[in-house]
Amino acid sequence: MRGSQCVAALLRPARPWPRRGVWSLSRRVAHHSRRCLNSAPSSSRHVHNAKVPRTPTWQPVHETLLPPVIHVSPDLVDKLERLALVDFRNQEGVECLEKAIRFADQLHVVNTEFVEPMDSVLEDSSLYLREDTVHEGQCAEDVLQLAKNTLEEYFVAPPGNIPLPKREERSAMLKNSEF
Amino acid sequence: MAAASAGFICNVNVPKPVVIKLFSLNHVIKRRLSTSVTRCQSHCPQMVGVVGLEVHAQINSTSKLFSGSQVSFSSPPNSRVSYFDASLPGTLPVLNRRCVEAAVMTGLALNCTINMKSLFDRKHYFYADMPAGYQITQQRLPIAVSGLLIYSHLGGPKRNQVISKSIRIKQIQLEQDSGKSLHDEHQSQTLIDLNRAGVGLMELVMEPDMSCGEEAAAAVRELQLILQALGTCQGNMSEGQLRVDANVSVHRPGEPLGVRTEVKNINSIRHLARAIDHEIQRQMELLEQGGVVQNETRAFDQKTGLTIPMRDKEGLQDYRFMPEPNLPPLLLYVSGRVPAGLDPSQVVLVDRVKALLPELPGVRRERLVEEYGILPEHSYTLVNEDGLADYFETVVKATKAEPRKVIGWVVKELLSNLNQQNLKVNQSLVAARALAELLDLLETGHVSSTAAKVVFQELWKNPEKGAEKIIQEQNLGLMSDAATLQIICQKVVESHPEEVDIPKNVIVLNKLMGQVQKETKGRADPVQVRAILQELTSS
Repeated sequence: MRGSQCVAALLRPARPWPRRGVWSLSRRVAHHSRRCLNSAPSSSRHVHNAKVPRTPTWQPVHETLLPPVIHVSPDLVDKLERLALVDFRNQEGVECLEKAIRFADQLHVVNTEFVEPMDSVLEDSSLYLREDTVHEGQCAEDVLQLAKNTLEEYFVAPPGNIPLPKREERSAMLKNSEF
Repeated sequence: MAAASAGFICNVNVPKPVVIKLFSLNHVIKRRLSTSVTRCQSHCPQMVGVVGLEVHAQINSTSKLFSGSQVSFSSPPNSRVSYFDASLPGTLPVLNRRCVEAAVMTGLALNCTINMKSLFDRKHYFYADMPAGYQITQQRLPIAVSGLLIYSHLGGPKRNQVISKSIRIKQIQLEQDSGKSLHDEHQSQTLIDLNRAGVGLMELVMEPDMSCGEEAAAAVRELQLILQALGTCQGNMSEGQLRVDANVSVHRPGEPLGVRTEVKNINSIRHLARAIDHEIQRQMELLEQGGVVQNETRAFDQKTGLTIPMRDKEGLQDYRFMPEPNLPPLLLYVSGRVPAGLDPSQVVLVDRVKALLPELPGVRRERLVEEYGILPEHSYTLVNEDGLADYFETVVKATKAEPRKVIGWVVKELLSNLNQQNLKVNQSLVAARALAELLDLLETGHVSSTAAKVVFQELWKNPEKGAEKIIQEQNLGLMSDAATLQIICQKVVESHPEEVDIPKNVIVLNKLMGQVQKETKGRADPVQVRAILQELTSS
């Protein structure tokens, strides 16, 4: 395929590049891919997939149609970090989240009146009911073997109730660890 | 990835009790509540308590809710754990039919509306005894809603009036239980046993319709009786089969509800009443002193009878509910409206379950009153004690004595003996048949009622001897020979000349009768003695 040939060419230069003028990697890739695309239609037997439209069919949604912008406050960031044990790390991470929310806001344009929300694609399948018999268990060894720390057939966990360090402490910790 | 971000930050929110430290109570006003009398007392006449209960009842099934491992109370740690219970990747939940039937039956018994379509959700929080990080529950659309728990308790000045009350039940939902954690403070670690993880629970959410500990205790007792009668839960609070958390607040009637606190760690009905009463008292005192009630979780310490704050939650808990993607909606059917092609083993018919409902405690109480003509408070006692109603019915069927007489013996003599030695009805030393025999002898006039009581106590000590034998041995037979009685009565009257002066005085007569009975060791026929004495004293 054309694509892989381009990449292979990139890795093994066909002819020695001039020493003066170092080309950056990104420019090399752009250069090659342009060459690949331009050369494709004339000499390929590649049939365009009918399921893929030739021109984009979507229009970007105008700002006025969207609900007001949601800003993620530092308190909310804190709360999310605590609830989901995620780490936003820095402002860029938060901005990424805000952009993702803005992107999802486009769903508000769709009219869902009189439409029942769908939980999952399984909602029309029947729920299997199992008879009340015992056919599992009695495998303490199996279940315990993956645990790092066990004590006499019990799993060992740190004591409950370790709160996340407060925000000031956390940012201090991050400062030290930031690369 | 920067591994130095404090290594692994293990954050655990506290939805349940963990470390309970007993603080020094010097600064706390220790006011012991009288536990023998748990009456609804308002500390401050205007304020009243508002109590709502959250009950978790462990479903009495052989296997767990979503997996095929066994439900058992005490087994070697982690021996009843399947791969799904341990939340190993690649495992999926498979719903247990028996649990669905149990929830439907409980809903019907509590007058709920059964939702023919109910949905499962995930409730997320982190805790070591819940390896998945979420609990499968039914928050949006539970299996049963809008019910009513009707309970009665003995009230009134003499505590012999049966007062009927009711609590609205908001919803009943199926959910998973979590494992058990044992805290080892010395080594600063927690030991986790997942045997209980995944066992089916019915969560009954009730509206805050109660106002004191006594009502709550009576309601939970009634719920226990109902669940035991249905067979859906064994209702043993000490074994954790029935767990109750109380939401307590105080306010003045007419004003909006006050801030509520949640009281946990209650493991018996008596403690429930104590804990609630203490918490109401505490809140009232706090408000009187100008303080503010915090929205927190408090643990009940049974040794001191006080509620102690647990490490408070950091703000309100957010469980991030989301639909359970691995379980389609649960559909229930009614006979005659089942779509074609469905396997019968996949169909739960609500009307069939309704037909299988046994006699509920409330109905039984009424039936006992109607059928046997006993007083409502006696009927209440019969149903309240395990097995007492059955005992009573056995005796009534085996004896010629009237139920009204039998009930006296059962509720007074038998029950007091049992209570003295802390025995259950099925451990009674006098079997139902033996009591029936004794009552027959009483009916036919072989023994007086006073003597019969003595015989009963003898039977209790020597259950292998029959009533007749004891009567013979101890010569407790009824003394009805007129001549003998006349002589004894004469003797008594003569030895109490000052009493006889007042003619036809009932009190005097009773006193003389008492003397005669003392002489005859309770064997004298009371009817005859009374007649003879009346004759003697009136002349």
